[in-house]
Amino acid sequence: MSISETDSLSHADLSHLRGQFPILSQTVHGKPLIFLDSAASAQKPDVVIDGMAEMMRSQYANIHRGLHWMSERSTEAYEAARSRVAEFLGAGSREEIIFTHNSTEAINLVAYSYGSLIRPGQAVLISEMEHHANLVPWQMLRDRAGIDLRVAPISDDGDLDLDAYSALLSDGKVALVAITHMSNVLGTVTPAARLVEMAHSAGAKILLDGSQAVVHRRVNVRELDADFYTFTGHKLYGPTGIGVLYGRRELLEAMPPFMGGGDMISSVTFEKSTWAPVPAKFEAGTPAIVEAVGLGIAIDWMESVGFDMIEAHEAALTKHALRVLPDVPGLSIVGKPKDRGGVVSFTMDDVHPHDIATLLDRNGIAVRAGHHCAEPLMRRLGLTATARASFAVYTTEHEIDVLAATLRRIRQFFV
Amino acid sequence: MDACSLYDAVIVARSRSPQYAGTAKAETARAQGTNPLCGDRVRLSLCEERDGIRDLRHETRGCAICIASTDLMAETVMGRTKADALELARRFTDMLNSQSSAADLDDEAGLPGALQAFLPLKTHRSRLRCATLPWTALGEALKHD
Ligand SMILES: Cc1ncc(COP(=O)(O)O)c(C=O)c1O
Repeated sequence: MSISETDSLSHADLSHLRGQFPILSQTVHGKPLIFLDSAASAQKPDVVIDGMAEMMRSQYANIHRGLHWMSERSTEAYEAARSRVAEFLGAGSREEIIFTHNSTEAINLVAYSYGSLIRPGQAVLISEMEHHANLVPWQMLRDRAGIDLRVAPISDDGDLDLDAYSALLSDGKVALVAITHMSNVLGTVTPAARLVEMAHSAGAKILLDGSQAVVHRRVNVRELDADFYTFTGHKLYGPTGIGVLYGRRELLEAMPPFMGGGDMISSVTFEKSTWAPVPAKFEAGTPAIVEAVGLGIAIDWMESVGFDMIEAHEAALTKHALRVLPDVPGLSIVGKPKDRGGVVSFTMDDVHPHDIATLLDRNGIAVRAGHHCAEPLMRRLGLTATARASFAVYTTEHEIDVLAATLRRIRQFFV
Repeated sequence: MDACSLYDAVIVARSRSPQYAGTAKAETARAQGTNPLCGDRVRLSLCEERDGIRDLRHETRGCAICIASTDLMAETVMGRTKADALELARRFTDMLNSQSSAADLDDEAGLPGALQAFLPLKTHRSRLRCATLPWTALGEALKHD
């Protein structure tokens, strides 16, 4: 695809780009689809859809097992996807990339496996704005292993309270910090490099939940100096069923396996099994082969658009949304973080977010409404639910204008 | 804007100003229903006498559908016997859950007119629970005596 050399997508570039997403030309309830729910899951470009179908049509077999041509081709494609992800995240080596089924599984893997190395009396530190995926596994670990679970507070604006974070680390008992790189509710992009540095100086390792962040910004795990980093393929214009755990090699090597089964062993007798080297040790059973390949294609596609372009376009959209939405009578935006990605949660007087979402849907506009898998955060904000519009590289300013205009009419309808 | 048949005028009106909000004067039972998916919460306060439901009031935090459904439920079950109210709860829930089209059901269900406003929910299945939540809570309230 050819995109002009400016730092933002021109109108022509954007319509060309949108043309690559077949779903965007659908209508819903007779209206053109306006898809503002990409933070829940992004739509897929033709190259991903076609690439996965093509693999199943022409070069598919189980991997690592067959001594035949088809298996070798599948294995190559799967392992090439691993290399692609390693390069994408700036990992030190491809063995540091473990394929999981989603971010949730990646976090559970760390909570179970690295978690088994954490001793009673030690602590895990999370924040108030975690997705349930980065909260419940740690609660389960706490209850299983008798460790302490600490929660770093956020400000009313939705920024992490760094003083409190520092204080919670100060007794040196925190073994692991697990914190989001970007909030799926507030859009807050956390100061990851600082968080890592502070964790390390307190002797803690750190996991960053990059499920939202990798979609919008270039991430380099070595520059961040992160110990673990997780993301999920379906939010990154790739398929469902594939997720990624990056882990520093020496940590992964010291960790026990998560699940047992085929492919993760080097030898098995009835008395004892020995584990395969990483990453195979953590990939028991037949993995999501076609989905991993689809994820590799999605990453190639994003790189072809260019992260500078993606960032600039989404920053412009977010700025636009923050300008036009507050003009809607009764609308208030939730949070005012210093650095916000393309996620805007809002409420509108006492019109319930589910009514907002249903009425937007009748007008072809898809948004998310509810607690966004972050109930403790909702409680912290004094809310039970919000509506959320989230933006992707294919979102247009016009769509945000239609959202604002439709919200005005919804409010009139209820008041 | 396409407001869709789901937001019938009576639903919007009742959600804006419920007629049966509050607590029953001589309360004999209470019950609560919550929907963890959206945080909606219905609190029912009931005065039941031997011949039936004398008073039913509610405090509802939720969407328009949920508030209106609770309010219209209070209106319809007041004065009915317990058995009657439970039967109505069953019919209302069955009507929403059944696969048959709204048109087929109008007569068959024999539901009081006001409750027919919820028939369009049949094509908005993700919102069904908003309307059935108060009826489930009512079932609970009536069970405990
Ligand atoms: C911040 C964050 N973490 C974790 C997840 C979990 O992703 P998945 O459901 O793909 O495992 C999500 C997505 O819902 C998210 O937004």
